[in-house]
Amino acid sequence: MTFGGVLLLLILLSSLVPGVLIFFVAEQRRRLRTVLNMSGAVIKLLLVVVLLEGVREGLFFQLSFNVLPGLAFVLHADALSILFIALSAVLWLVTTIYAIGYLENSPNRSRFFGFFSLCVFTTTGIALAGNLFTFLIFYELLTLATYPLVVHRGTAPSLRAGRQYLIYTLGGGVALLIGVVGLNLLAGSQPFTPGGYLGVLAGQHDTELKILFVLMILGFGVKSALVPLHGWLPQAMVAPAPVSALLHAVAVVKAGAFGIVRLVQDVFGTGLLIYLDLLLVVLLLASVTIVYGSLRALMQTDIKRRLAFSTVSQVSYITLGVTLAGPIGFIGGLAHLVHQGLMKITLFFCAGNFAETLGVHRIDQLNGIGRRMPWTMAAFTVGALGMIGLPPMAGFISKWYLAQGALEVGQQWVIGVLILSSLLNMMYFLPVLYRAWFKPPMEQWPQERLKTRWETHLSLLLPPLFTALLALLAGLLAGMSTSPLAWAELITLRNYAL
Amino acid sequence: MDLSLHPHWAVWCIVVPLLASGLAVLVPRWGKTVGVVGALLTLLAVGGATLHLLAHGPQRIEIGGWGAPLGIQLQLTGPALMMLWMTALVSVPITLYACDYFVTRSQQLRFWPLWLLLWATMNMLYLSADLFNLYITLELISLVAVVLVALAGPKAIRAAIRYLLMNLLGSLCFLLAVALMYGAYGMLDIKMLAEQVEATPLTGLALALMSIGLLLKSALFPLHIWLPPAHAGAPAPVSAVLSALVVKASFYLMLLLWLTLYSSLVTHGLTTLIGVLGIGAILWGSVQALRAARLKQLVAYSTVAQLGYIGLAITLIDVAAWQPVLTFMIAHACAKGAMFLAAGNFQRAAGHDRMALISTALRALPVSVFAFALAGVSLIGLPPSGGFLAKWLLLSAALDSGRWLIALALVGSGLLTALYIFRVLERAMRPGANLQPVGRVSPLMEWSAFGLGLLAILLGFAGVGITQIVAEWPV
Repeated sequence: MTFGGVLLLLILLSSLVPGVLIFFVAEQRRRLRTVLNMSGAVIKLLLVVVLLEGVREGLFFQLSFNVLPGLAFVLHADALSILFIALSAVLWLVTTIYAIGYLENSPNRSRFFGFFSLCVFTTTGIALAGNLFTFLIFYELLTLATYPLVVHRGTAPSLRAGRQYLIYTLGGGVALLIGVVGLNLLAGSQPFTPGGYLGVLAGQHDTELKILFVLMILGFGVKSALVPLHGWLPQAMVAPAPVSALLHAVAVVKAGAFGIVRLVQDVFGTGLLIYLDLLLVVLLLASVTIVYGSLRALMQTDIKRRLAFSTVSQVSYITLGVTLAGPIGFIGGLAHLVHQGLMKITLFFCAGNFAETLGVHRIDQLNGIGRRMPWTMAAFTVGALGMIGLPPMAGFISKWYLAQGALEVGQQWVIGVLILSSLLNMMYFLPVLYRAWFKPPMEQWPQERLKTRWETHLSLLLPPLFTALLALLAGLLAGMSTSPLAWAELITLRNYAL
Repeated sequence: MDLSLHPHWAVWCIVVPLLASGLAVLVPRWGKTVGVVGALLTLLAVGGATLHLLAHGPQRIEIGGWGAPLGIQLQLTGPALMMLWMTALVSVPITLYACDYFVTRSQQLRFWPLWLLLWATMNMLYLSADLFNLYITLELISLVAVVLVALAGPKAIRAAIRYLLMNLLGSLCFLLAVALMYGAYGMLDIKMLAEQVEATPLTGLALALMSIGLLLKSALFPLHIWLPPAHAGAPAPVSAVLSALVVKASFYLMLLLWLTLYSSLVTHGLTTLIGVLGIGAILWGSVQALRAARLKQLVAYSTVAQLGYIGLAITLIDVAAWQPVLTFMIAHACAKGAMFLAAGNFQRAAGHDRMALISTALRALPVSVFAFALAGVSLIGLPPSGGFLAKWLLLSAALDSGRWLIALALVGSGLLTALYIFRVLERAMRPGANLQPVGRVSPLMEWSAFGLGLLAILLGFAGVGITQIVAEWPV
């Protein structure tokens, strides 16, 4: 096994091993569990940094063995893997800190953190998967690892949400499985290749390719919450806040979006998809989702549900960028994969803080909360303004590139979608900000916890501040060589061989 | 010393458990020790047989030096070896489990000799090369299995008797077919017969009788009615043996006969019929599992559904032959074994297995819940697991030959399975009061269930090995 292969394996093990060990940690041994959690997260981050530098140098990391004759399990790290894995490594660390504070004194913590680590293990596997077969394995494992987190509280509503989650995701998994098996029969088990590897089949198996592509988009569409496959996402809001944060920012919806990127760019290739007349369909679907998600968000009165529908809308920016099929739009979509993660996790952390500290769940309870919890609300504001796409926030960068990309390929109407969506974003975020900062607070918060030195527990306060800062910097310093945007440009350069 | 040179590993696979069974009768005090040592030595013999097959290819052994058509012959082929492995891998954890499960003296006295005898007979069936020998082993398996079911006490007697009657009927059909074949061709050796068989109406009748008999024993829908009460009513380790191993023996035999003896007579219509029955089994078994009021009933009906999956696989034998079916059988054996052992743990801890009240027991035994979950993952066919590998192979075969309906049935059945598996698992997530344990569940009982569940997952990485052995040395 090469050094590169060992590195990939270590990165996977850095979340698998702590995850398995944590299951055996007795409930009250808080410190041991924290040590396991944190050491896993930190080791992983360090390993990812090594990997990142290697990939930037142009090194190629790979590990593969045969599961069946002619069917390989492949891990590899290309520039696209790095984008996703770096996001998950950073946000896992932050979310772990947050979750430790959030779940203090609640039951079943070992079970929770065990599955939490397994969830990150599978996300990492998705990032490192080198072919569709491997991707499928981790994609399905992700469903299994997240289910216990969604139903963690075990109440009737959460079990119901869990059932719905399973029906959607396992159903999507079936569509994906048929697609993967079918492509495997048509073209063999090939690694992800920039520009796709199915182009040679054009003209021979058009019908099969069309069917298989639609099936796989359905499979990825469920997790990335493409309308009308998004129904599970708002339901899954019954999960504890750190889970929602992780589900929305890195794990589940991103896995779906990442799958679409891989499918369009590295399996079919945009050229073949344009030839098959399929790209426009997905582009339309993404546009509908963007507008529909925003409209539904506008109608919600619950903070977490509003954020959930906002996710439905925002994740489809990634799909939009990829299906525009031009390099600039692609940059925008990829950059948004990171930007949306940073902004949305900030928002969910803040929503969790409001609920945990003051018992505030609904938007009409937010009046004047900016005075009681100024730091949290400041982080929330950064996230919200970023989502709207106000310059120079990260969200603006994404939207700018997406709009340029739309012009580049001559799909002017997409700009209309972007503007409409930004308007709707304003309509559902600005009133929230106004209430929080300018309206007088209620006499009593719904369920206020004992006052602490800071506005809330420190391990709840620091994570959103940190991610808000990152979201801010991702926009302000987008021109620097270490920004998500620069990395998206690097991927695009390599993919389009410009 | 080159172990692969020893010529009689295959014989030891039968003799070791047989001797152990005899010893357990003679010295009942040593039951547990004899059981565990016997199990490990049998595993060793199967390992030896594998080395022999890898080094020297398929093997025929004449017992007592008498050749066919007069003497008894054994044959070791790739598929037979896989079945030996399946039996050994599942039997070792079950044996360990049984050490702590049976608490009363009278149960222990009867369990160990019978169980080891059953194991020897199953291995004998896989290695047998002639029809009469196969009939004998088939009959023995049924009889021993019935007595094992009756170990559960008076409440299981009805189920045991129903089991006995249905299986006797199956044996009778099989015996009739054997007689017809002997009358027509004057020989019983499968290999020699296969060269002689002609598509006459008489042979057709023999095929029909044989298939009905074997399907009865394999409990393929709608011939399954004896299975749920017997499998749900037996003691947990026995349920595991019956569901994981015993029903597979007759299915294996049917496949063997179809692919060798009757390959010229097995038509598309016949396999389609089996496929339709398979779909019926999947639907009926899953619905009943979803409605079951008791956990062990749920697991037993899951077996009915999963046997239907084998029925579906049979429609693909013209393009895929042994490999997917064998992979599926091994994966299902590990998973179902783990499930029944875990269910036995919950039942022991709670004193019952009613679904409505099972969640306290589930919460108290997390290791068993994990065992159940791992097994469930394989049954649903989610990666990485043996069940997924089998599904992948079957789905590839179905899509490659353009049988979309079969492909849809394959994946659809996975979703149905998920529904009833999570019906159990979500009960482990409910908060509530702590369990007041009724019976003791030892760590060995928990971890042997877990080990078996883990095996079902690890099988997902053994595809290359299975393919090699089955593809290189088919019957």
